[in-house]
Amino acid sequence: MDNDKIDVNYVADLARLQLTDEEVERFSSQLNDIIGYVRQLEGLDVTGIEAMAHATPVYDIMRADESRPGNGTQCALANAPEKSTDQFRVTRVVES
Amino acid sequence: MSDSASRLSIVELQKDYRSGKRSPAEAVNDIIDSIQSRDEKLGAYISFDPEAALKEAEASDVNLPLGGVPIAIKDLINVEGQPCTCASRFLDSSYTSTYDATVITKLRRAGAIPLGRTNMDEFAMGSSSENSGLKPSANPWDIERVPGGSSGGSAICVASDTAIAALGSDTGGSIRQPASFCGCVGLKPTYGRVSRYGLVAFASSLDQIGPITKTSQDAALLLSVISGGDPRDSTALDADVPDYSNSLSGDVKGLRVGLPKEYFTSGIDPGVKTCIDDAISHLEKLGAEIVEVSLPHTEYAVATYYIIATAEASANLARFDGVRYGNRATSHDGILDHYRLSRAAGFGDEVKRRIILGTYVLSSGYNDAYYVRAQKVRTLIRNDFATAFSEVDVIVSPTAPTTAFKAGEKSSDPLQMYLADIFTIAANLAGICGASTPCGTVQSDTGTALPVGLQILGPHLSEGTVLRITDAFEKTTDWHRQRPPSQ
Repeated sequence: MDNDKIDVNYVADLARLQLTDEEVERFSSQLNDIIGYVRQLEGLDVTGIEAMAHATPVYDIMRADESRPGNGTQCALANAPEKSTDQFRVTRVVES
Repeated sequence: MSDSASRLSIVELQKDYRSGKRSPAEAVNDIIDSIQSRDEKLGAYISFDPEAALKEAEASDVNLPLGGVPIAIKDLINVEGQPCTCASRFLDSSYTSTYDATVITKLRRAGAIPLGRTNMDEFAMGSSSENSGLKPSANPWDIERVPGGSSGGSAICVASDTAIAALGSDTGGSIRQPASFCGCVGLKPTYGRVSRYGLVAFASSLDQIGPITKTSQDAALLLSVISGGDPRDSTALDADVPDYSNSLSGDVKGLRVGLPKEYFTSGIDPGVKTCIDDAISHLEKLGAEIVEVSLPHTEYAVATYYIIATAEASANLARFDGVRYGNRATSHDGILDHYRLSRAAGFGDEVKRRIILGTYVLSSGYNDAYYVRAQKVRTLIRNDFATAFSEVDVIVSPTAPTTAFKAGEKSSDPLQMYLADIFTIAANLAGICGASTPCGTVQSDTGTALPVGLQILGPHLSEGTVLRITDAFEKTTDWHRQRPPSQ
């Protein structure tokens, strides 16, 4: 990976972010600096070390399988930018 | 002004309530006055609702643990009926919380009144609060300088006496570092000590809510109320919640205090170093035993953090799609364009940078080299602390290598900004607790006095010990009582 530079346009597309040309240029330079810095971890031998996802053990927490009130439709929709017939309005995903 | 309730600590305010000297409504009115007269140039608050707070004050029971005590809330914790902007244009003016975060439920049950939503770096991403997408803020000790971040507003309002106390959140130092820069007490609890339900997630394995206060006594009171398990957060620990006030004996005799040799090598501002050396001597005089310890992977902490935190952020912020809440692009060319434009218009530079970095380190071909490797180094960092805490009760260091820096000084160089978090970040990676308390001031090049914070780190669930030390320090010094000159 020695000569890898981040392709900001490609990654921004994965992240669903529209960037201006100016942003692409500025972020490329800043992110390459940061990536250069974080690559110092490559110098560390981590053979046999367990990867840690959480600082404390995380368990599934079980509760009785009983129905209980939720927040309800109107509450869920309260902040929707667009809604109709008690549902979120989404942008069309199939070709017409 | 001199008798305004806004100048008081929680403990002092409660004394006044219980002796009949003041009522909660009078105190809330004092705080509203102080915000209206002084917050314009400081920018601690994004919004506040005086009528709602007064109504709650009139109905409050001062005999409850925090009865009638107004608490300022960082603007990424949901309070039903209030905005929750996360200092982002994405949510500004378009979002109203439909539920209370667990910490708010607990505060209400204890009689407290949420009053005011505090400014911050957008989505808690930053170390100076300059990344607020909504309004600038300033350090009350020197308005040319930053308050620190990301919980900058919570530290400003406590330091400038426009709040009694506040809640912040700490993902890599976001409570302790602004507390240090503004001269307040800040506590980051052990990961899982406090429920994160209703906290807008930045990096879920690192985030913790905690208090920013005028004294460690107040931090103990608040922590006792907001801690505990929560069926709505599987990472909230079920461990017993003690009354942390009972830990504040003032006695630190025989406690073993570790100085990590890697923290005291270079890069600490000489003025800060002098304050910390004096503070360590002071702890020794109080009877603590000072021991050198080693945290050998310290130099890797910032790199590890910025891989893990951004990876988690890129996943957490995927929910901001302009469908269920927040900014929605009105003109677009299909669904992907809808997402790209809604997000581009809503997020600021630092949030975009971190989402891109996080997406990159998780992307195909890079995941193992960056993210998984960072998780392994995180294990090494946690093990460093476990070894050190087998020898000492707590670890002491500066909270930050410098005092508050000038606005704009680091904002064009994100990497320099990240390196300012060197002493606070490892605690989040290891999941341990830590506090910052004022331990001196350093004169800036323009002649202003700037506060310095002493950081005490303790093992998992040792908040009682950490607060015992900061409280003992406060009982025998007066740095925490000093106020910015204009107050």
